[in-house]
Amino acid sequence: MSGLIDLTAAAAAERIRAREIAPAELFEAYRARAADNDLNAYTWVADVSPADDGYAETPLAGVPIAVKDLFCTEGVPSQSGSKILEGYRPPYTATVVAKLAQAGAPLLGKTNQDEFAMGSSNENSGFGPVFNPWDRSRVPGGSSGGSAAAVAAGLAPWALGTDTGGSIRQPAALCGIVGLKPTYGACSRYGMIAFASSLDQAGPLTRDVTDAALILRHAVGRDRRDSTSLEFPGEIALPSAQELKGIRLGVPEELTGAAGGIEPGVRESFEATVALAERLGASVEACRLPHAPHALSAYYLIAPAEASANLARYDAVRYGLRVGGDADLITMYSRTREVGFGAEVKRRIMLGTYALSSGYYDAYYGTAQKVRTKIAEDFATAFERFDFIVTPTSPCTAFELGSKTDDPLAMYLNDFLAVPMSLAGIAAISIPSGLSEGLPVGFQLAGPAFSESRLLDAAYALEQAIGFDGSSARA
Amino acid sequence: MSAELSKVLDHIEKISELDLDGVPPTSHVIDVVNALRPDEPEPSLPREVILAAAPEPLHDGFGVPSPGAA
Amino acid sequence: MGVPPVPDYEPVIGLEIHVQLSTRTKMFCGCRLSFNDPPNIHTCPTCLGLPGALPVVNARAIHFGIMIGLALGCEIAERSLFHRKNYFYPDLPKGYQISQYDVPLCRGGRLGDVRIHRVHLEEDAAKLNHLGASGRIHGSDRSWVDFNRGGTPLVEIVTEPDLRSPEQAREWPALLRTTLRQLGVSDVNMEEGSLRVDANVSVRPVGSTELGTKTELKNMNSFRFLERGVRAEISRQIGLLEHGEPVMQETLHYDPAGDTLTALRSKEEAHDYRYFPEPDLVPVVATEGMIAAARADLPAELPVERAARYENELGLNADTARLFAFRTELGDYFERALAASGGNGEQRQVDPVELSNWIPQLVERIGSDSDPAGSNVAPESLARLATMVKAKEVSRDAAREVLTRLVEEGGDPRKIVEREGLGAITAEDDGLGELVDRAIAADPAAADQVRSGNMKAIGPLVGYVMRETKGRADGGEITRLIRDRLGL
Repeated sequence: MSGLIDLTAAAAAERIRAREIAPAELFEAYRARAADNDLNAYTWVADVSPADDGYAETPLAGVPIAVKDLFCTEGVPSQSGSKILEGYRPPYTATVVAKLAQAGAPLLGKTNQDEFAMGSSNENSGFGPVFNPWDRSRVPGGSSGGSAAAVAAGLAPWALGTDTGGSIRQPAALCGIVGLKPTYGACSRYGMIAFASSLDQAGPLTRDVTDAALILRHAVGRDRRDSTSLEFPGEIALPSAQELKGIRLGVPEELTGAAGGIEPGVRESFEATVALAERLGASVEACRLPHAPHALSAYYLIAPAEASANLARYDAVRYGLRVGGDADLITMYSRTREVGFGAEVKRRIMLGTYALSSGYYDAYYGTAQKVRTKIAEDFATAFERFDFIVTPTSPCTAFELGSKTDDPLAMYLNDFLAVPMSLAGIAAISIPSGLSEGLPVGFQLAGPAFSESRLLDAAYALEQAIGFDGSSARA
Repeated sequence: MSAELSKVLDHIEKISELDLDGVPPTSHVIDVVNALRPDEPEPSLPREVILAAAPEPLHDGFGVPSPGAA
Repeated sequence: MGVPPVPDYEPVIGLEIHVQLSTRTKMFCGCRLSFNDPPNIHTCPTCLGLPGALPVVNARAIHFGIMIGLALGCEIAERSLFHRKNYFYPDLPKGYQISQYDVPLCRGGRLGDVRIHRVHLEEDAAKLNHLGASGRIHGSDRSWVDFNRGGTPLVEIVTEPDLRSPEQAREWPALLRTTLRQLGVSDVNMEEGSLRVDANVSVRPVGSTELGTKTELKNMNSFRFLERGVRAEISRQIGLLEHGEPVMQETLHYDPAGDTLTALRSKEEAHDYRYFPEPDLVPVVATEGMIAAARADLPAELPVERAARYENELGLNADTARLFAFRTELGDYFERALAASGGNGEQRQVDPVELSNWIPQLVERIGSDSDPAGSNVAPESLARLATMVKAKEVSRDAAREVLTRLVEEGGDPRKIVEREGLGAITAEDDGLGELVDRAIAADPAAADQVRSGNMKAIGPLVGYVMRETKGRADGGEITRLIRDRLGL
């Protein structure tokens, strides 16, 4: 049994195709571990394994996938980590989940997350925090903390998460796994319970880069139900690069400079990885992203603004929690949202409402969207000289539970390395680069829009050379 | 709550120091226009399905306190 | 002690019209539009505002929007955006309405006397039903929502404040309705709710160019009620100002039963809608192809164009030209009558102006809202009757009787004239001269008046002859004969 869960998804798929394992066997092995986990990584686990019908013939061979709570899964609780949607079972399934199921990856379970994807530690969940399998007194990162912990701990072969301001990459870094944020528009958002519409993207959390490529290949594509989705040019290639000859890497001073607030252990791991890249043939130079220092501010205006509107539908009328239905309408609205939303969500709704309000729109939301334009320009300019921009994924390793919950600003600062890529809508991946005091460190590579195949290839070459072993987290 | 928000706002307000004259705001991230669909009917959800989630099913619809009631 | 003169006030009225488009599906999803169907059978994740749902724009709604813009002479925006308009209400499932804000589909334009400010697209709210005795919102405790209507495509047309009277507030929307009906983009039926008109009303001293504070009148169910509501509000505002009190900006409901105006409780808690561009949609670019396609679907002649043609080419007076153009069924009947006459050896082409006199007469007899095409009077029959009058084959009075017969039984006016003996009596006929002599003899006082120059006194003399001839003699002829006899 334990041998099974040590296989990467791609390896397991091969064994299934070779008729060495039955899909049901694999599913059951994971299902049992998921149902029994002590990390609080799941909000729902499948009761039964699906029948073996023809999975071996599908591209993903029946390898089951854990899916973040905010993806609508028909008939299965989809709560986006919030009490206001506790027990809500949607009448339809998110496009990306349906595509992956169609490709042969059945639903293993729904993973815990920060409420409405707002958070960097999974401590904002309405269903309790998730624990980092490397050290259970620490956070797994967020908002896709449950997905990251599940993959790292061998509770799922692979998982689907979402990234709005680092919510796939940062937990991947803190849990020592791979996390990819695709180009905005590459994957459909239909059926993803929305946080920030112009930033949210579905993406894989996996044990290695090959698995990430495999999921991405079947997740991308224009969806007629999502006006902001695009046809991915070309097919996502499975990575194979052994070296980085001719690859130009740019290190942005504004983000990685000494004043950046990056932990020494993280900086060390980053620099070691950069040196490794050079040995693999890459050229590395400093690059400039002049507006990157303001990305966090812009993000914390744009995302809450969109969220304040996206969360207005939770009004106790058609679904979800209702409190005070016997009182008047306004009381029902306010009591429901008072009880149903956690503190962070309320904070961001207030921030977002303020940023959009008359008299403040220009200074806040309007200005933030201009900063966004500049950030996108900065990246475009940088990509004229560089193939990829590299940074540490997170400024710190997994911090202790409760250590930043009193200081929202400190919590927000966790995202400063990931947020610029989100605002620009470009592709970015985090791979484990090593350990610092026993805790994983993530290395981020960002490439231009639709550069995923090349990005995955470069990440693969680095991954092979790094040789990170995450098996201890699965024990 | 308001102390925390103030702190956040103080940090955020630094973007007003930037010179952004003449910079167009990003209103859409992708360079696509006219994502339109043909005027063709698609199946609707069965009523019992949608009412199953309703906090207060009432008269084949969604019951709420009347807005006019004080 | 001088009292400052009370200024004359003029009303300044602008209209906001919402039109439900007659597409097959909703604005942002593929649910069918509802026509009094059972509640909540036309919904989906999108129009129900379920978590994770997304909108997709209906191409036909854009097409209809462009058609409306072209018909109203607007400028079609090269690139327009959708915005979110944020507020809470049970009939608004997402807690925001997807609408258009500062980059609407169309700007500018004109229809008749009124300039158009803008035309934009948005989605309709759902229907909130109230339990309780009257079914109205006040006094009910529980309400329930039917989402069938939610998401129906709406076009909002906003005029400049160019209307200047309650009458115009009744007439101009009728012109708009006829135009939209001709475009085939909407049922434009006020009773069914596919046409809704709100009025913004203010007053100002005559001669002033500044605008006074305006109030908004909503939820009027017919053009007649709109006229009355506007009239009532104008009076109310003038009354306030004359007492030195200011007009407050508010939303009012007009109750035609009592001719009263009541302030509506504002349905949104705040008026700050916090508009921002809809991130789930992409911009709409009106390509040359789209505009050409819209133009191709416009009718050959719009009501304003028809009115101009009737006045300028056919010589109808302005009011009649507008009446026939703005009420399509009258104009169509008129055209058929014109076409039916002439080209036939035995009948001359009817004079359009003479013909145009007889259509209102016909309408009077069949009911002012009826379609003449549905009556017993065939267009060629009316044309023939008009021709007979013009040729003095029958007097105007007699012709009215013939028309009444035609309405009752249909048929050919010549046969009716023959059967009823209604042919014109002219001076050449025997007996008319005698009747004139008798009239003068019967009323010598009147005759003297006429001789001494008071032409008004001729009335009774003419009347006498008319009665004796049962209206078959032409009034003009009679008058001429009388003057003749009296030596004038």
